Amino acid sequence: MTFLGMPTAPRGVGRLRGDAPFPVAARAALTDTQLRRNIGHATETIRARRAALVAEMPDWEQLRRAGEAIKADTLARLPEVLVQLEEQVTAAGGTVHWARDAIEANAIVTSLVQATGADEVVKIKSMVTQEIGLNEALAAAGITAHETDLAELIVQLGHDRPSHIVVPAIHRNRTEIRDIFRRAMPGVRPDLTDDPPQLAEAARTYLRRKFLSARVAVSGANFAVAETGTVVIVESEGNGRMCLTLPEVLITVMGIEKVIPTFADLEVFLQLLPRSATGERMNPYTSMWTGVTAGDGPREFHLVLLDNGRTATLADPDGRAALHCIRCGACLNVCPVYERVGGHAYGSVYPGPIGAVITPQLTGVADNPDLPFASTLCGACFDACPVRIDIPSMLVHLRARAVASKGASLERGVFGAIAWTLRSPRRFSAAIRLARLGRLLGRRRDRISRLPWPLSRWTVARDAPRPPRQSLREWWRSRPTKPGAGE
Amino acid sequence: MTSARDEILARVRTALGPNPAPVTVLREYRRSSTMDNVIELFEDRLRDYGATVVHVTPDGVAAAVAEQVRGRVRVAPGLPWLESGPDGPHVGGVAVEVDDGGPAAELDAVDTAVTGAAAACAVTGTIVLDGSPDQGRRALTLVPDRHVCVVHSGQIVGAVPELLARLNPRAPLTFVSGPSATADIELQRVKGVHGPRQLVVIIVADTTGQ
Repeated sequence: MTFLGMPTAPRGVGRLRGDAPFPVAARAALTDTQLRRNIGHATETIRARRAALVAEMPDWEQLRRAGEAIKADTLARLPEVLVQLEEQVTAAGGTVHWARDAIEANAIVTSLVQATGADEVVKIKSMVTQEIGLNEALAAAGITAHETDLAELIVQLGHDRPSHIVVPAIHRNRTEIRDIFRRAMPGVRPDLTDDPPQLAEAARTYLRRKFLSARVAVSGANFAVAETGTVVIVESEGNGRMCLTLPEVLITVMGIEKVIPTFADLEVFLQLLPRSATGERMNPYTSMWTGVTAGDGPREFHLVLLDNGRTATLADPDGRAALHCIRCGACLNVCPVYERVGGHAYGSVYPGPIGAVITPQLTGVADNPDLPFASTLCGACFDACPVRIDIPSMLVHLRARAVASKGASLERGVFGAIAWTLRSPRRFSAAIRLARLGRLLGRRRDRISRLPWPLSRWTVARDAPRPPRQSLREWWRSRPTKPGAGE
Repeated sequence: MTSARDEILARVRTALGPNPAPVTVLREYRRSSTMDNVIELFEDRLRDYGATVVHVTPDGVAAAVAEQVRGRVRVAPGLPWLESGPDGPHVGGVAVEVDDGGPAAELDAVDTAVTGAAAACAVTGTIVLDGSPDQGRRALTLVPDRHVCVVHSGQIVGAVPELLARLNPRAPLTFVSGPSATADIELQRVKGVHGPRQLVVIIVADTTGQ
């Protein structure tokens, strides 16, 4: 079901759809004990750090509410805000492109790179270029994309996939990273140890040559300010600064929801984002640029504004707040489901609780019907979200959309039969008596772990309680009545 | 055929419906701070990031810079403490090169960059560079491994909203909070990846500021 017939992200391109449905992929991930240890260790570290730094801020709740309101306000007047951004970027010497979907965005970036004659680009970590599968599109045109963020480099050299929004290699520990570098990093010293500073040094040496020779850089954007045309990148390592400063041509791809109205709005997000994302008071480097500056940085700047299912998301009033996301990853770090299955099981570049509400909306729920169910609805994600996205309520809403998108199903039939039974006291009593047959099952543990077909579908993922010896109504009728007591 | 631009804007309008409800943004968070220990807090945050902090009086800046630089030194073209002598430019008696905007690859052979700053924020330990002549182009403070940055006490504000209020949004801005770092390996902050691995902040106690 699409809302108001709005086109969703196209199939066959990008990374919004998994090879296997979530329950299947999750079951496989759960058997990987190393993965669970790595993710458990990392999320535990970040949770503690984030909690300490959020506690430092007496006005944290007021900042969250302001962040939520700025995003809601921006979406409510998105057309004028986007047009203003375009005007300001153009006035500052940049060029703005619009892309309806992943295919169009990839074509725009590819032709911009081809126009420079370059056959390689350096890239800043960017969720949106992962979403549209830009590296694959560039490779098809004979252009090599070098990921320069340390974690993205680990993923790229390991022919792996990112599994976290902020820390894409969170599923790898230091020893695995050392092995990947030794195997796949050209010119790496053979005696490289798994000491993190040494691993960082290896990446520094390897990438420095690329930074100094690259002519084209590709980035995403954390924010873009409509009022001034200023684009913002928040990072840690300095690879972002290298890409934004040294090459001659800079191409930035951003979803249309990343725009914010004013420069002063950054005062909210620059306080919310670093503490939520990496548990730091401020990330080491934040770069802001407006068009091009003579004698400093790229001579050419292109900004690609991408839809790819965002307007379809915007069309659902109960789902559109997913577009408020500032990609901090805090909801992943507190999610009991994410912590156990990791990011790959979600099949999308956006994993975890926020991924479970963003991905099905970008693709249409029919293409990702299982993701809204990949949650226990415990609510930890809402508490952690720096812009107060009510992910649990949205998951429930999307579950309803997922069921509706499936049409007739066994589940529907079962619930229809239950409703018919519950409408009549006589049918209900008969059903209770019938259910007592179930006492034949689960005698050993007093729990039923496998019901007979077709009810076995229910116990695939959970136990069922063994029916009691006596129903409440039977007990009520049979209880001894004391004279004079109540009625 | 409609352009992608017109089509996306039309989709957005359809998605929002005819009369999207306006949203009021309440800014009830702290927009100004009333701290009296701004400089101590700034220093504490910088040290937490692994930066080196030096305090000087206005007449001691050149000597402090000379003491903190290592190896081959390049300075921003408008650095106030730059002096010219018979043997070329120097700061506090140490010979320096003045950045001339040449190819960035040349900066790879430089060991230390020296600049001023546009503003700083105590709560987050952040310095902002805006490309003014005393700060130079962005590559200058990026490629060399050591960055010596002179900050006047009057440039240091308490909180992030006050910091942004002091900046020119249209200048190329770089916010620096400690040396280059990564948390990509097991989420532990490790100092030093691509940007300068050593950050030295010279805080000048003066009353004029900027």
